[in-house]
Amino acid sequence: MSLSVNHLLGIKNLTAADLQLIFETADKFKEVLNRPIRKVPSLRDITIANVFFENSTRTRLSFELAEKRLSADVINFSASGSSVKKGETLLDTVNNILAMKVEMIVMRHASPGAPHFLAKHIQAAIVNAGDGTHEHPTQALLDAYSIREKHGEVAGKKVAIIGDISHSRVALSNIYALQKLGAEVMVCGPPTLIPRYLGQLGVQVSHQVRQALQWCDVANVLRIQLERQQGKYFPSLREYALYYGINKALLDSLNRPVTIMHPGPINRGVELASDAADGEHSIILDQVENGVAIRMAVLYLLAEKIKSYN
Amino acid sequence: MRLLDGPLLELTMDRLCQQLIENHGLFAETVLVGMQPRGRFFAARIHQRLEHLTGRRIPIGQLDTTFYRDDFRRGAPLKASQTVMPFLIEKKNVVLIDDVLYTGRTIRAALTALGEYGRPTKIELLVLIDRIYSRDQPIQADYVGRSVNTIQSQRVEVAWTEQGAPHDAIWLISPSYPPPGQGAATPSPNPSI
Repeated sequence: MSLSVNHLLGIKNLTAADLQLIFETADKFKEVLNRPIRKVPSLRDITIANVFFENSTRTRLSFELAEKRLSADVINFSASGSSVKKGETLLDTVNNILAMKVEMIVMRHASPGAPHFLAKHIQAAIVNAGDGTHEHPTQALLDAYSIREKHGEVAGKKVAIIGDISHSRVALSNIYALQKLGAEVMVCGPPTLIPRYLGQLGVQVSHQVRQALQWCDVANVLRIQLERQQGKYFPSLREYALYYGINKALLDSLNRPVTIMHPGPINRGVELASDAADGEHSIILDQVENGVAIRMAVLYLLAEKIKSYN
Repeated sequence: MRLLDGPLLELTMDRLCQQLIENHGLFAETVLVGMQPRGRFFAARIHQRLEHLTGRRIPIGQLDTTFYRDDFRRGAPLKASQTVMPFLIEKKNVVLIDDVLYTGRTIRAALTALGEYGRPTKIELLVLIDRIYSRDQPIQADYVGRSVNTIQSQRVEVAWTEQGAPHDAIWLISPSYPPPGQGAATPSPNPSI
């Protein structure tokens, strides 16, 4: 068994079998992460460049840790303080990195499609760590994996994605992943933060957070991405928190428990109150833990496609 | 060709257990580790017998060596199996158990993998079938059920009832001589094999 793709550009390109293979491999890496020595030598002859043109904390740390746990050599690049500021193009920057003999590139970029562009033009395996508001495949994988871990399987589960759908790459990747795995998806948020034609992806749309919570088994709460919002999408954060914020009182008023997820970073008191984020049904920190195992699985399975010298 | 089955297989497993008891006494500082994917069935049999013979609980684990193999990115994709190591092996005697010892590469990988669980006092290797003269690396077993001289085109097949076989049996399969009920194998390029 191997992946059907040579790059991880988005969940859209993956098959259900790919997702299962990634999950099964991640199960094995989770065991590795609980050993006294949390490291395997598989990728010791692979060099990986983490190229981040946008800020990131947990994704970048998680990728770097996953790479080191697999014994890969790692170089880090961030756009701030680099020659990008001097006007170097994306292709030139990456080709210069590749000239230093790098086999894999993990890239985050503000432009949707940037990793797809790279995959067409350079000889290296590309992992998309978030491209603008398009896709964030490893986040969707770890979200679905965390649901599988908590609920046994993803198929048949009802998942509500609540919050800023328009500006979220996590939402789109999650919709693809959950649907491929047989879950039902609903998105919920103010009409201004839900793309108009999203229903065409086969998801339900709600503008009432209580209605979404009553329907779902799992609520994946997204961050209000103030940095991506050019205009005014809602009157104030206070009003958003009042109408769409999730707190313990709201969760307790439902007739059954709802698993709470959040891809981080949390705007505490806006989309999620502390008593809900840290509550008994929250699996937010499990998501972070699973992120390393999932990224190890992705890197391992993609490295497998880079054939060694014969 | 049938290598071992029925009473002879039982006798062989009994002998291996007696040899282990000679060296490890009541297994106070010894743990058993079965090799994934196929060695775990044999390891479970040995474990069961040893617990019966000694009347003691003996720790057993299952080790998968996929992430330590030296043929990653060099051939067919590798599929990892589950590792279950519910103990550390620091200052323990480890008996590594596999069904067939062939090139020795899996055991080389296992020795590296075991290092992640602590520094054992000693590691020993127990195998049911030793395909002698086939080693790629300098690895030998301490306890051997049966040694057989084989050639590369042959393979040893171990079938346990736990895997759905009608009865426990170990076969040596030559390309031109499939075991009964297995259908025709691919014809050998050399009919004398």
